[in-house]
Amino acid sequence: MELLLAWLSGILLALGTIALLVGALGLVRLPNLFSRIHAVGMMDTAGVAFITLGMLLHEGFSLISVKLAVVGIFLFFTSPIATHAVAQVAYKGGFSPLEQQPVGKTKVKAAKRKVAQKASRKKVGAAEKTGAKKAVVKKIANKILAGKKAATKTVTRTPAEKQKKAAVKKGAP
Amino acid sequence: MMMIVALAGCGVAMVLALVRVARGPTPFDRLLAVNAIGTLVILGVALHGFIMGRPEFVDISILYAVINFIGTFAILKLFSTGGLGDRGGKARITPETDEG
Repeated sequence: MELLLAWLSGILLALGTIALLVGALGLVRLPNLFSRIHAVGMMDTAGVAFITLGMLLHEGFSLISVKLAVVGIFLFFTSPIATHAVAQVAYKGGFSPLEQQPVGKTKVKAAKRKVAQKASRKKVGAAEKTGAKKAVVKKIANKILAGKKAATKTVTRTPAEKQKKAAVKKGAP
Repeated sequence: MMMIVALAGCGVAMVLALVRVARGPTPFDRLLAVNAIGTLVILGVALHGFIMGRPEFVDISILYAVINFIGTFAILKLFSTGGLGDRGGKARITPETDEG
C-alpha cells in the first residue's frame, strides 16, 4: 500500500512538473498576450493541482496535509481569477485578442512570416495539382453531389407549399 | 526523489518566466510572468520544506499565496486607474488642496 502511494505521488509530481514546464515554454514562445494568458492558466491550474496532490499523497493525513489542501484549493481558484483580471484590464486598455501587437522589430518579423506562409501555401497548391490527388478530389466531389441528391430526395413538400410554388411559376412569366 | 525533480522543474519554469519578464513588450506580459513566478515560488517553498524534512514551510506558502493574489490585483488597479486609492489616481488631489 505504501509503495503504491509512493508511486502514485511520484507520478502526480511528474505530471505537475510536465505541466509547469509546458506552461512556461508557452509563456516564452507564444506570440500574443492573450495566448500567453492561456498558457499561464494551464500552468496555474494543472501544475499546481498535480503537484499539491502529489505532496498530499506523500504526506498522508495530518495537519500539514490539510494546510497543503488549503494552499492547493486557494491557488486553484485565485490564479484563474488573477489571469482573467489581467485579460480584462488589457482588453479595456485597448488590446484586442484578434490582432497581434507588433512593436518595433517584431513588425518586420511578422511581415516576413506572412510572406513565407504565402509561399509555402502556393507550393502546397502546386503539388496538389500535379500529384495523384485528383482521384481524391473526384471522390469528394462525388460524395458532395450524392449528398445533395439525397437531400433533394428526402425533402417532401407539403401541399400548401406546392401550390405556392406553382402560383409563383404561373405568375413569373 | 520525485520532489527534487519537481523542484528543479519549478526552477527551470521560473527562469523561462523570467525571460518573459525581461522581454515582454507590454506591462501586462510582465505582470502575467511575475504572477506565474509567484505561483512557482509557492510550490517551490512547499517542495523545499518536504525535501528538507521540515514540512512546516507550508505555512509560508499559504502566506505567499495570499500576498501574490492581492499584489497582482494591486498592480492591475495601478495600471487601469493610475493609483491605488479610493478614486484611483485622482485620490491624490483633494478639493481642499486644489482650491486653497
